[in-house]
Amino acid sequence: MSNTLKHLKEMISSSGLSGFESPIREIISDAWEPYTDDLSVSKLGSLHGKLFGSGEEPRKSVMIATHMDAIGLIVTSVKNGFLYMDTLGGIDSRVLPGQMVVVHGEEEFPGMIIQPPDHALPKENQSGPVPINRLLIDLGLEEREVAQKVKIGDLISFATEPLELDGNYIAGHSLDNRASVAVLTKTLEILNKRQHLWDVFAVATTQEEETLGGAATSGFALRPTIAIVVDVTFAKSPGAPDHLSFEMDKGPTFDWGPNTHPKLFKSFEKVAKDFEYSYQHAVYSRSSGTDAITLQLAGEGIPLMIVGLPLRYMHTPVEMIQIKDIERTARLLADFISQLDDNFMDTLMWDAEKEEDEAK
Amino acid sequence: MKSLIKALTEITGPSGYEEKIRDFIIDQIKDHVDNFEVDALGNLIVRKGNKASNGKVIMLAAHLDEIGIMITHVDANGFARFSTLGGVYPRNMAGGRVRFLNGDSGIIGMEPGGTIKSVPDIAKMYVDFGVTTKKDCPVNIGDVACFERTFTDLGDRIVAKAMDDRVGIAILIELLKNAKTGPNQIVGVFTTQEEVGTRGAASAAFGVMPDIGIAIDVTITGDTPNANLMEVALGKGPAIKIKDSGMISDPKVVKWMVETATHAKIPFQREILAAGWTDAKAIQVSRDGVPAGCISIPCRYVHSPSEMIDINDVTNAIKLLSNLVSKTISI
Amino acid sequence: MKIQKNKEWRAPRIRPKNIELLENLSNAVAVSGDERAVRKIVLSKIKDLVDDFQMDALGNILATKKGKGRNLPKVMLAAHMDEVGFMISSDEGKGFYRFEIVGGIDPRQLAGKPVLVGKDRIPGVIGAKAIHLASSRERKNSISVDSLRIDLGPGNSKKIQSGTWAGFATKFSQIGPSLRGKALDDRVGVATIIALLENPPENIDLLVAFTVQEEVGLRGAKVAAYTLAPDMAIALDCTPSLDMPLWDGKENVEYRSKIGQGPAIYIGDGATLADPRLVSLIRNVGDEYKIPYQIRQPGKGGTDAGNIHKQREGIPSISISVPGRYLHTAASIIRLKDWKNTISLLHASLSHINNQTLKGDRRR
Repeated sequence: MSNTLKHLKEMISSSGLSGFESPIREIISDAWEPYTDDLSVSKLGSLHGKLFGSGEEPRKSVMIATHMDAIGLIVTSVKNGFLYMDTLGGIDSRVLPGQMVVVHGEEEFPGMIIQPPDHALPKENQSGPVPINRLLIDLGLEEREVAQKVKIGDLISFATEPLELDGNYIAGHSLDNRASVAVLTKTLEILNKRQHLWDVFAVATTQEEETLGGAATSGFALRPTIAIVVDVTFAKSPGAPDHLSFEMDKGPTFDWGPNTHPKLFKSFEKVAKDFEYSYQHAVYSRSSGTDAITLQLAGEGIPLMIVGLPLRYMHTPVEMIQIKDIERTARLLADFISQLDDNFMDTLMWDAEKEEDEAK
Repeated sequence: MKSLIKALTEITGPSGYEEKIRDFIIDQIKDHVDNFEVDALGNLIVRKGNKASNGKVIMLAAHLDEIGIMITHVDANGFARFSTLGGVYPRNMAGGRVRFLNGDSGIIGMEPGGTIKSVPDIAKMYVDFGVTTKKDCPVNIGDVACFERTFTDLGDRIVAKAMDDRVGIAILIELLKNAKTGPNQIVGVFTTQEEVGTRGAASAAFGVMPDIGIAIDVTITGDTPNANLMEVALGKGPAIKIKDSGMISDPKVVKWMVETATHAKIPFQREILAAGWTDAKAIQVSRDGVPAGCISIPCRYVHSPSEMIDINDVTNAIKLLSNLVSKTISI
Repeated sequence: MKIQKNKEWRAPRIRPKNIELLENLSNAVAVSGDERAVRKIVLSKIKDLVDDFQMDALGNILATKKGKGRNLPKVMLAAHMDEVGFMISSDEGKGFYRFEIVGGIDPRQLAGKPVLVGKDRIPGVIGAKAIHLASSRERKNSISVDSLRIDLGPGNSKKIQSGTWAGFATKFSQIGPSLRGKALDDRVGVATIIALLENPPENIDLLVAFTVQEEVGLRGAKVAAYTLAPDMAIALDCTPSLDMPLWDGKENVEYRSKIGQGPAIYIGDGATLADPRLVSLIRNVGDEYKIPYQIRQPGKGGTDAGNIHKQREGIPSISISVPGRYLHTAASIIRLKDWKNTISLLHASLSHINNQTLKGDRRR
């Protein structure tokens, strides 16, 4: 089993829901410890790993942001021996009935999300999807024990075990965005053995699935010269529109749109071409749906690039991704960072006359 | 307490036009605090106590503004069209009256159309001042108004417009007057423009740079007939917010609040609010981040002209907040 | 019929190995028409416990355990080996396989589930469109089976032939007072019969049938009962407990059975009216032996008894079920004490069966 696979399996077997990232932060912290010069935790719980460059001070810095929080559920009521719930992050309640979960009450209780029988539902829910406020969780325990040991606000995470599939694929929950964290771990590992002039800020951000608050505040605290957001993107699968979805096993996507700095995008393309990495073009017209939304706006503003990992069935407990895509992306990022030099920022200068010619 | 809440709720102060209510508060607190200032967006920032080396700067935010309307057009016959400031629901407008900053009142009229039971859009509504010409209409484009409704005392339960968030204001005034600050500094911030997007709180937090941020606001309840499932009820104590649709309270702050309430035997409820948020949302992501939470007063019929709360929840909220701010905090 | 409690009687013990057997049975995938995996486990367990056994044309396992003496009543016990699941219908490349549902599964239970495909148990998932890509109008409708695929990953493209069966991949677990696993309907019945064969009553000839294709029409039971030609039959199954709270807080009056309230005795369901003499025998035994039981609410549904009682000249039949929540989904939940009481009630009832049992009054 590759290190990446092992690391990723450990991460997706852990909890760490949006706003409550402590369990996953500890795992990532252990993984980054050997590859960073300094590790700290932000006021909102993001993990900041610093790897100092070899350039002269004051050094420029590149921040790589990968959110570590996962989607999940939260207990809203405990009644009649059953739990009621709401979502943390965006979950289609149509994938919930019959899911195995862990309820983090006084102990970790295995539970199951259930769709009540028709006669227990109002008429409008008896066919068609049952809304989340009508779904229940059964812990297999007697009513008294449930009332004693679970309370409003307790967290509920998916319990789907990681599935290794032939051809270096893995399926499970929370691959969004632990797969990108695995990219970052690998990038740090490579950079450790390599010369790089710039400081590298590896950041595992919090609350991406709810508020994007982790990236906003870490960006403000670290004020990197440039930033790279790595997040998952849609892989081709049933129902995914062709123009918005990408192939697995063909490298990461480079995402083009207003959160992306156009010249930084170009320099990524150049590095990918020079080093012969395959990559795919993705476009978003307004907002990238990632940490980039707030990170770009931190402080005085940060030139930013978005790299996507194609993943099937995003925000379900059976997301699927390819390990090779993770490793390739890590090498690409390391190669990009290694070539950052004192003059790099000159290439990002806005130049009105030149822009005219370069317009896409 | 009730008389303070009555006075506060009867003042008109829609988002962006919080001057009257701010002046009233300054009058109330000026002799009890170390200093106060009004910032560029109109937030009233009040400091009390000195931060010791083991202390924290605690920002307590309650918003000054209430939902309201803004005149967009006055027609030839003196009817005034309007748009909304904050979450004004059309169904709460029927038969209502509004009062403008200058004291003028008008009634909300609606164009016919639809069925007798249907609620028209705001665009089909107007304010009728009882005049017949544009010249006689007492208001102009841009003038603002709020619901006009008197305070009603039902015993433990009290009802008024703008209980959101004048009850929070009342609590904060009470704290600034009487709370012990221990090693901490309380920065009471009476924020502006909450109802249009927590705008005042964002600027205030940037300036205050608190160690901890707490909003004091109202939350909805699930204790009325056929209400949506929500485990918050009037009279069962202040609600400690765990999550709303804009913020996940810092788990460390929640733990601190729960432990403090439990230890002091103050009743409390756990709040998960499916839709809506408070100033804490903006405070949390200020600068490099602020551990944030919220103490909510359960309130029925939020954003209607008759918002109902239980006075015992107010008393208990004051107790809880006094306990929170007066001791050494280890978060 | 008056029952006198036999003071010598001891309830058969459910030991960890019985639970382990149920675990293995639950984790095995045996969708209607492909009961191999369960048949293998059953055969290995019973071959030393019975006097003889055979497999018939449909794949039922039929076995006999004779009592002591001649002309003993022949009592058939039946439990079905099959479970609801899926069948692959075509390979669409890149790991995507189209599938059909086998048995009664609510399509709303499919999205986002791990599955196991074929005899090699190849892991896969039934994915669902990302919420970001589903419009709010789309989300007002259920996800159709037509739009779902079993995904084995691109590395398993062209690996599976159409016609291959697949099942939910949920792993069995014991949780506090409960057992949770897929296909407890009717692996708990299978495990119950095996527990009885370990403690066989000596006053009757026990004819057991582990049946196939129950979930697609009680098919195996039909030929099994014909072959065994018993004097009477008891179908052992798992019946739905629909005992959840109602959305509006009203009393739940359509619960079928309630979990934790003991074995559910059938008086009538959609397929069978239970023989009244067997009903009173088992109820009286329950009362005299103080074994809790409940009457399954008469109504829809059916067990193997539905076909057994109509074979040959007619076979007096009844069903007893362990109440189970969430049957025909990725996992069901039963209470361990309900299972124990089912075995006790059954064992004690069998010990009171004699040649007079069916001579009694049909009225209750």
